[in-house]
Amino acid sequence: MAVVVILVLLALGSVLFHVLSPWWWTPIASNWSFIDNTIIITFWITGFAFVAIVLFMAYCVLRFRHRPGNTADYEPENRRLESWLATGTTLGVAAMLTPGLFVWNQFITVPDGAAEVEVVGQQWLWNFRLPGADGKLGTTDARDVKPENPLGLNRNDAASLDDLIIEGGELHLPIGKPVKVLLRSVDVLHDFYVPEFRAKMDMVPGMVTYLWLTPTRTGTFEILCAELCGVGHPQMRGTVVVDTEEDYQAWLAEQQTFSQLSASSETRSPVTAMAAATAQHKAP
Amino acid sequence: MVDVRSGIGEALPPPEVEDVELYHPHSWWTRYVFSQDAKIIAIQYATTAIAIGMVALVLSWLMRLQLGFPDTFQLVDAEAYYQYITMHGMIMVIYLLTALFLGGFGNYLIPLMVGARDMVFPYANMLSYWIYLLAVLVLVASFFAPGGPTGAGWTLYPPQAVLSGTPGGRDWGIILMLSSLIIFIIGFTMGGLNYVVTVLQGRARGMTLMRMPLTVWGIFTATVMALLAFPALFVACVMMLFDRLLGTSFFMPAIVEMGEQLQHGGGSPILFQHLFWFFGHPEVYIVALPAFGIVSDLISTHARKNIFGYRMMVWAIVIIGGLSFIVWAHHMYVSGMNPYFGFFFATTTLIIAVPTAIKVYNWVLTLWRGDIHLTLPMLFALAFIVTFVNGGLTGLFLGNVVVDVPLSDTMFVVAHFHMVMGVAPILVIFGAIYHWYPKITGRMLNETLGQIHFWVTFVGAYAIFFPMHYVGLAGVPRRYHELGEAAFVPESINDLNAFISIMALIVGAAQILFLFNLVWSLRHGREAGGNPWRATTLEWQTPETPPPHGNWGKELPVVYRWAYDYSVPGAPEDFIPQNHPTPGGASHEAAP
Repeated sequence: MAVVVILVLLALGSVLFHVLSPWWWTPIASNWSFIDNTIIITFWITGFAFVAIVLFMAYCVLRFRHRPGNTADYEPENRRLESWLATGTTLGVAAMLTPGLFVWNQFITVPDGAAEVEVVGQQWLWNFRLPGADGKLGTTDARDVKPENPLGLNRNDAASLDDLIIEGGELHLPIGKPVKVLLRSVDVLHDFYVPEFRAKMDMVPGMVTYLWLTPTRTGTFEILCAELCGVGHPQMRGTVVVDTEEDYQAWLAEQQTFSQLSASSETRSPVTAMAAATAQHKAP
Repeated sequence: MVDVRSGIGEALPPPEVEDVELYHPHSWWTRYVFSQDAKIIAIQYATTAIAIGMVALVLSWLMRLQLGFPDTFQLVDAEAYYQYITMHGMIMVIYLLTALFLGGFGNYLIPLMVGARDMVFPYANMLSYWIYLLAVLVLVASFFAPGGPTGAGWTLYPPQAVLSGTPGGRDWGIILMLSSLIIFIIGFTMGGLNYVVTVLQGRARGMTLMRMPLTVWGIFTATVMALLAFPALFVACVMMLFDRLLGTSFFMPAIVEMGEQLQHGGGSPILFQHLFWFFGHPEVYIVALPAFGIVSDLISTHARKNIFGYRMMVWAIVIIGGLSFIVWAHHMYVSGMNPYFGFFFATTTLIIAVPTAIKVYNWVLTLWRGDIHLTLPMLFALAFIVTFVNGGLTGLFLGNVVVDVPLSDTMFVVAHFHMVMGVAPILVIFGAIYHWYPKITGRMLNETLGQIHFWVTFVGAYAIFFPMHYVGLAGVPRRYHELGEAAFVPESINDLNAFISIMALIVGAAQILFLFNLVWSLRHGREAGGNPWRATTLEWQTPETPPPHGNWGKELPVVYRWAYDYSVPGAPEDFIPQNHPTPGGASHEAAP
């Protein structure tokens, strides 16, 4: 009998926990509220299935538990019931999958005219690159990564020279404009993860991955790494700031181009971002 | 299918086989240590698996202490934490669950349940265990190697797995891990071929495939899958070893290590992920299918009712096994693979939910109008259904590609796979041990200790992993030994983490009670007799308990019926053993 009570409590307790607990996702700051909605649909369908099955079990145990004189039925199959259940399940699954696939299609289809920014991961910090006046990002190669060229830009590519480079700083994005985030890594796997944006994608050395989003509210959000990248993984944090257009332009004007940085790196001490990151990790 | 009349043709060999003296062991060493008896090998496998599993349990305690009380316990730094998660994960998935289900239960139950004297290749079977033991020892050796075990995560993703930013990446850790896996797979292949051939060729007369207990179907299908899936892991391990030791570039593009250019170039880290998950996803079902099979038999036996929809259950096992080979990239939705794969893999993944749901329905429908004895095996079976349904349903979140995007790599994933392939199968293992311990030892396990063990484990494990989903939903990434400052989660998440950790300590401690029960009952348990659960399957019909080498004495059993003749109307008792010749239970005609 204790089993019956526990099963009922467990089903109802899970629902109550879901409804009442303060632990829920952080408010969204991008256009991906479709994803949130799909999760809500999925919670409804799966929650219903879970409660129904557990309560049915509890009922069976209560009603058909062994008592002297009880005998079980002998019923090897019931095709009708089995096909009804299979059909119902298929419909429920389709109800979750269909919106999911539509939203996935949106997720991977970047709208025309999305601005491009690049995020470059390295153990264990975030760097960013924006196209300069020409609106184009120059080519890169991991072989070109040097202390004075940490993102491995191609010096011989004219499109590279005016690219804006932000080493280990903040990324700013203008509100309301779709942006395609190109993702690259110079060492190991990383994953660009901003909880408020809902979007997330691995960064893979040797290739360029992407995601896109439209920021929908201003604010300062944390960038985390979501793919294990070594001992500094939890410390690999960055910041993305969603600005109004005005603030964004002001910020943009302060950034240095690749050629400016190359010129000044002749004079500044070659403290690499790497060394800085290592020091940061070793610090207590 | 469950036709009792089809059966014994004249072309079959005679049931009586002359005993060959040479066949039996002659010394203590060949009887108990280098034994070729599948039942001894099963116990060796199970003991080793549980022993190494205890290491994984202790590691989980240390990790939970760190996660629950990050400021109190300084003993776990990032490096140690990654080593612990890696070893915990790999031990639990491969060296405990796979070894225990296939090497342990497979060895013990297959020959007995299909009515064979032993596995068909006893010598290879023995080798399989000793090679497994070697794999475990190599794995354990990495704890003592310079640099410690690898901290690459159990997924071992390159390039970080072989680079210096990861514990063991440039030391012995990763080399020992890959070597151990390679050895394990060699050993497993020997055992696995045995299980498959024994099921196909070693069955007793009258034991048609569609009369086999679902336990055998589950283990058999899982073994076939393992024989197909492990080679992918094998080559991935060999290739990564070459990358690490010989400077090849299978998985290594041109990259920088701590500011230094490496000589590698042209390799693909994603290739490794495909190979790993081509193994890794079937692996989930390699663990789950034996659990599905076993739990079907536990429910049927202890509810005194035939399993509902036997043929559907068999086909569901086979279909799940087949489908599980075309869903692997649902582990890689955000890996950077071609995003159009997402459509295909989300669809296949959600399709697999249908046969899985059918299994769940058939389990609960077996309870319907049963005569439910709330024995320990039944309690564990009920707990399995709850946790498996819970974990299976959260799989519908993660399998649905776009829903996976915010949740992947968060604690939601950790909660999901622990519930579905950690807690649920382990509850089945417990139920199975309570169920078959009397056959293995001749004595019952202590009921009171078992009740305490059950309640703490079931309620505690649920209290650990159910709330953990919400930690992930709030955005907390997995594989963080401390979250540090994070504005996106409420402060109170720390309280939840502390609660989860305390529950983990309690549930872990309850397992010590279980181990004590296993040892204590060997001497002090109640005498069980040959068939304490009044079960139909062949292992309960052996002439002696525990069964001696050769299992059946002089004459092999002959099978006349399926494994689920419980509560047959008109029969004198509420079960008819599979080898019972009387044509009682005329209602078989109604059976398919």
